[in-house]
Amino acid sequence: MRWLLLKDLQIMRRSPLLTALLIVYPIVIAVLIGFALSRGPDKPRVAFLNEVPADTPLNVGGEEFDLAGARSELCERIECVPVSSEEEARQKVESGDVLGALILPADLVDKLQTLAGLNPESPTVKVLVNEEDPIKAGLVDDRISALLATANLRISQEVSDVSTTYLQILLNGGDFSFLGDEGLKVLGLRESESILRDVRGELPADSPDLERLDSVIRFSHLAAENLSVAGELLSSVSQPILVDKEVVSGDTPSLDTFAIAVAATITLMFVTVLLVAGSLALEREENAFARLTRGLVSKTALLGEKILLGVVVALAVTLLMLAGLGLFVELDWGRFGLWIPAILAGGAGFAAFGAAIGGAAREVRAASLLAFMVSLPVAFLSLIPSGTVAPGLYDVISVVTAAFPFDPALRALTGALDAGGPSIGIAIVHLAILVVAYGALARVAVRRFV
Amino acid sequence: MTASPPAPPADAAIDAVGLTKRFGDRTALDGVGFAAAAGDVLAVIGPNGAGKTTLLSLLAGIREPDAGEIHLPRGEVGFVPQQAALYRRLTVAENLRLFARLEEVADVEATVERMLEQTGLGDRRDDQAGTLSGGNQQRINIAIGLLSDPAVLLLDEPSTGLDPRQRGRLWEFVLGLAGRGTTVIFSTHNIAEAERYAGRVLVIADGQGLFDGPIAEFHAAAPAAGTEAADFESAFVRFLAERGH
Repeated sequence: MRWLLLKDLQIMRRSPLLTALLIVYPIVIAVLIGFALSRGPDKPRVAFLNEVPADTPLNVGGEEFDLAGARSELCERIECVPVSSEEEARQKVESGDVLGALILPADLVDKLQTLAGLNPESPTVKVLVNEEDPIKAGLVDDRISALLATANLRISQEVSDVSTTYLQILLNGGDFSFLGDEGLKVLGLRESESILRDVRGELPADSPDLERLDSVIRFSHLAAENLSVAGELLSSVSQPILVDKEVVSGDTPSLDTFAIAVAATITLMFVTVLLVAGSLALEREENAFARLTRGLVSKTALLGEKILLGVVVALAVTLLMLAGLGLFVELDWGRFGLWIPAILAGGAGFAAFGAAIGGAAREVRAASLLAFMVSLPVAFLSLIPSGTVAPGLYDVISVVTAAFPFDPALRALTGALDAGGPSIGIAIVHLAILVVAYGALARVAVRRFV
Repeated sequence: MTASPPAPPADAAIDAVGLTKRFGDRTALDGVGFAAAAGDVLAVIGPNGAGKTTLLSLLAGIREPDAGEIHLPRGEVGFVPQQAALYRRLTVAENLRLFARLEEVADVEATVERMLEQTGLGDRRDDQAGTLSGGNQQRINIAIGLLSDPAVLLLDEPSTGLDPRQRGRLWEFVLGLAGRGTTVIFSTHNIAEAERYAGRVLVIADGQGLFDGPIAEFHAAAPAAGTEAADFESAFVRFLAERGH
């Protein structure tokens, strides 16, 4: 087997263009896709629970707020999945049926109405998220931030109008109601200034006009109090609604790490699948397959050699790529011991897959084309987060992607690169099963070689 | 496999009995048998689709027969496929070295040198095989088949695509091997080539063995058709027609 391996490496050395293509192309694709994946789909599915009693009016600063319209607007920007309880919302998030859940508490309206009063209290909406992968985590954060920013902007506009009214009263005077006491007369700063000017000019040191002076003193006291209330009020304008975010399941690695894992997995996939598929098909094109397998090497051993070749090259190329990325992005080199098994398992999975493709296609060009045609769509499918497509479709996608090495290889690499990633052990077992399955398929396929 | 095949001749280097091979519903080979002694040169001839390549692939061990047995009492078989089976991006010496290692020959480098000398390609040893002419590639192809010094050499249409000069060199090389005791079995469409270089012919048509014997006996078996059967190719055609092929 080692001589066959040496021979294949010699052939690769004689094909610098092919070798360069095998390395450069996957890296370019990996970078492009990695960036593209940073952006999520347009309309994620979000469970929506409204605990506010029906027909509760919302009045902020004397103006009626259109709650039904706000909900419709919300559900135009996300796909609202109505749920009847927080438990149901939690289940949907955990299962990946929805990207997250938005829960409006029963006291939402009451607290919103206080924002225009003298004792403002910010309501808190509850958000449940499943951050099983960084794309989804980023998507949820972006969506929720955008939705709340819109809601807060609208509410803050109303509160701001009320604030302006209070300030106008302080400046110009007028009627003010406080704790049910209607018709409280406020003098206003401008008027008080005028009075003070008059008093200053008229009063002797022992002035008897104590009543007017008392009114000025009272106004000063009220002005101080009102300015204090306005300060509180204005502070609530910046973020009227607060968010209580709870991660229901999933421990997510950073988006940078995930992007690196995606790039590395795509590189691993293309290098290994193309190399093994092409190398196996080449044995037939060179007419050497029959000569080799008529007693010199068994078909199984030949397939084993091709898979080993793929794993060795995949390990070298992926480590080279990670080392290169390590110059620009911080990698956890303390986990290097986990990188190796992850790359080896992923490489073996892709190599076995490549052997099956090479065996099925039987010609180098056909094998390359088939490898691209199958690998790329599967890679894209594997990157679709749960909750971004219909549940039934997501189940189909999950089954399809589980049958190919990309998804478990990505999980293995993500887990190897970041402690917050998925379990590397389960991914490696998954890949081992695929190696056996695709190895068996390849063994059947090469029976047609002679 | 047949239950009780007849014992091979005592001096047989190879003895095939009742070889049958089916591909689905089609019977490519139907109970074909023959024996050849050391130094014999046997030509397997027949029309297209007769089963010649199938027979050689069974003898070479590339395919398993559905029935029949192959006895190789005195050694291994070297196989030379019709298309040159070598790596075009490896040099001549690297190809020979690779297959010598896979054949597990005792002294790889000595064997490579011997083959380079026998093929007369010593001065091209460091050239990539893909840069050689078809004739030279075929010489390497044959040399690879001879690396293990086999008792029987199987050649599948070895002169296809070669010009007359290259064919001449090829047969000179092959007959030299036979002269040193190697049993040579080759398939060919070229009836004149069979008559010229083979001592015996095995005629196959539609998977059935129709004749196995010396050239002279084949001439006798073929009908005269009113004239002397001096033209071997005409005799061959008449022989097949007489038997409904």
